[in-house]
Amino acid sequence: MPLVKQGRLTTDLFVHVADGAELPGDGAVLVTAERFLADPEALLRRPGKLGVIWPNNRNLDELVPHLDRLASVALVFPTFRDGRAYSQARLLRERYGYDGELRATGQILRDQFVFMTRAGFDAFEVKKDADADAFAHTMKRYSVFYQPTGDGRVTALNRRMQLRHSESAGQ
Amino acid sequence: MYAYDELDRTLINERVSEFRDQVKRRLSGELTEDEFKILRLQNGVYLQLHAYMFRVAIPYGTLSSKQLRRLAHVARRYDRGYGHFTTRQNIQFNWIKLAELPDALADLAEVGIHAMQTSGNNMRNVTSDQWAGVAPGEIEDPRIWSELIRQHTTLHPEFSFLPRKFKIAITAAEHDRAAIKIHDIGLRLHKNADGETGFEVLVGGGLGRTPFIAKTIKPFVPGRDILSYIEAILRVYNQYGRRDNIYKARIKILVHELGIEKFAKEVEEEWKAMGDVGLTLDHTAIEEVRSRFSYPPYEKLPHMPDELKKAAHDKLFERWRKNSVSAHKVQGYSIVTLSLKPVGGPPGDATAEQMDAVADLADKYSFGEIRVGHEQNLALPHVAKRDLPALFKALDRLGLATPNVNLVTDIIACPGLDYCSLANARSIPIAQELTRRFANHDTADLIGRLHINISGCINACGHHHVGHIGILGVEKNGEEFYQITIGGRADENAQMGTLIGPAVPYAEVADVIEDIVEAYLALRDRPEELFVDTVKRLGVEPFRERVYATR
Ligand code: HEM
Ligand code: SF4
Repeated sequence: MPLVKQGRLTTDLFVHVADGAELPGDGAVLVTAERFLADPEALLRRPGKLGVIWPNNRNLDELVPHLDRLASVALVFPTFRDGRAYSQARLLRERYGYDGELRATGQILRDQFVFMTRAGFDAFEVKKDADADAFAHTMKRYSVFYQPTGDGRVTALNRRMQLRHSESAGQ
Repeated sequence: MYAYDELDRTLINERVSEFRDQVKRRLSGELTEDEFKILRLQNGVYLQLHAYMFRVAIPYGTLSSKQLRRLAHVARRYDRGYGHFTTRQNIQFNWIKLAELPDALADLAEVGIHAMQTSGNNMRNVTSDQWAGVAPGEIEDPRIWSELIRQHTTLHPEFSFLPRKFKIAITAAEHDRAAIKIHDIGLRLHKNADGETGFEVLVGGGLGRTPFIAKTIKPFVPGRDILSYIEAILRVYNQYGRRDNIYKARIKILVHELGIEKFAKEVEEEWKAMGDVGLTLDHTAIEEVRSRFSYPPYEKLPHMPDELKKAAHDKLFERWRKNSVSAHKVQGYSIVTLSLKPVGGPPGDATAEQMDAVADLADKYSFGEIRVGHEQNLALPHVAKRDLPALFKALDRLGLATPNVNLVTDIIACPGLDYCSLANARSIPIAQELTRRFANHDTADLIGRLHINISGCINACGHHHVGHIGILGVEKNGEEFYQITIGGRADENAQMGTLIGPAVPYAEVADVIEDIVEAYLALRDRPEELFVDTVKRLGVEPFRERVYATR
């Protein structure tokens, strides 16, 4: 699965470790929420970065206390049309101040990149190679955004007000 | 009118270019139909019985003459020369080719029209009172708020993949023409005791398989907080709305299952936790949007011009005036409703020629502005009273002066089996037959205000639940049958109709409706008692008896 991170195709340093499987001695791993919550301390003590795959129907309250020690949170899009992880992403970034990697996994196509980036994702496990290749191009498609989100883009409304302000200042 | 600026236009163009790319990827096989489906729906493109259907947004029902001409152009150039105005302030084209859709969208984008989010599981076109800005006594023009919400919800990165579709409607007048109580969120603009403007917020209304009247979640949310409050509702819905069963995925089910108190508490908690996230609308932000609505330079005109006095001798004109002309905020002006319900015609259809002609009339008589209402009619919102006689003549020549607004032949109907792949039965031919049965204007006038609503299946696109008389097509052993409900209404006293008895076959529907109407004429207290009020007073029993005694 191609991984796009910081706008570029990257090698994925994280290894997805299935629930029953043994953990590698070191290196970055992604584990499920269940495995993580069973013994967070043990996992966090382990050398190597730790990421958690958080299902889209699980309350974030259980995750929040551990956020500052996690290198990655992977949120899940089981289907293209299930948008719960967008809300989770915004909450993690904007409400809980999570600043590690926020990864989108599951059914990821280029048509969601803009939405996902705006919601706070910065890493994408993309389904199709062509979509991963198109990332940079796709991200340039939109230049106008109506609503404020944690991505800091200036909204259309704010741009208009700035424009007015500078117009009236110039008079 | 609202004027899109460079930023709005840029966004629409960017959307067209994205969709062009999506269509290209679909045609080349890069996208599967399953993947493409969601993308096309977000752009108003359905796959229907015969062809792709294309649904174009008319936000809060306001159109300029230039825009209406462009819709006519799309009808002519890409379709079969007509369009269908719907109950959601949209227009649908039924015969469009997928490969040509990006061009059609690009043509529309030039005049600030788009099809963003006219279907799909996202926030749909925000609807409002078609008389917004001109209705006497309204609190203020609700379109300012509709536009703020339209912008906020367009391509919203968190809410473009909701459990189900989501519809918001706004009214600012005492009489609700926007049917807010049958929307996912209904907003009623009013002033609180301190004279501050804000909204009563209702949630969880909707029709379809499980109809509900919306409940008040908060009696007053100040205008400045409305975006954040809506965001809180949507966030709760996005996380807790059911996704296991599409029939249970609407917010009305969540509200029903949790109960309004519990749901309200969840929303309140979320809203408080949100804090200041840049959604508060300060005075300048509201004024920014308000300033881009322009209002006509009305003249000082007499209340009763000579032209009108003279025309009062013309019986046909008077009948039309009484029926189609309504009071306006400004003295000397009127709001004129153009009936898209001619005898024998499909409700809501307009030909490209009619659209062009209406655009010309709007330029001549209504400061270039046209409105579209959920009753599937058009309106000219600023007609000087002195021009009414001339306008009547022109409309009559176009077949748009049928004096039946709000009368028994002003029927709302979905496309039904003639176009829709989900239909169980025909809707349009039933509507056509009924308009013939009640073609006599004197009879219709005698009957008074009576809304007949027809849907071809349980999805309720024709709002049958809230018709004074509702007709719902169902299928029995491969044949078309129709369930009849009475006593529904979609206004400020919205209520679902009650079933009067077993479904009747296609051939009997018109007779049954005639029976119901005759029963009403015999049962009403006095000529002014509306059909719905008679039903309310007496219940359905006398009507049931009348219909089934002889069947
Ligand atoms: C021909 C293509 C159409 C299709 C495939 C279609 C599909 C649907 C479906 C599946 C629903 C049920 C959704 C739900 O309750 O969750 C629905 C509801 C509805 N549709 Fe349509 N529709 C079509 C045309 C129309 C037209 C022409 C109108 C207006 C005349 C319309 C307006 C509505 C309305 C008002 C509802 C009620 C939704 C509610 O519960 O609030 N649709 N439609
Ligand atoms: S009510 Fe049913 S038949 Fe009519 S348009 Fe809607 S989905 Fe189609």
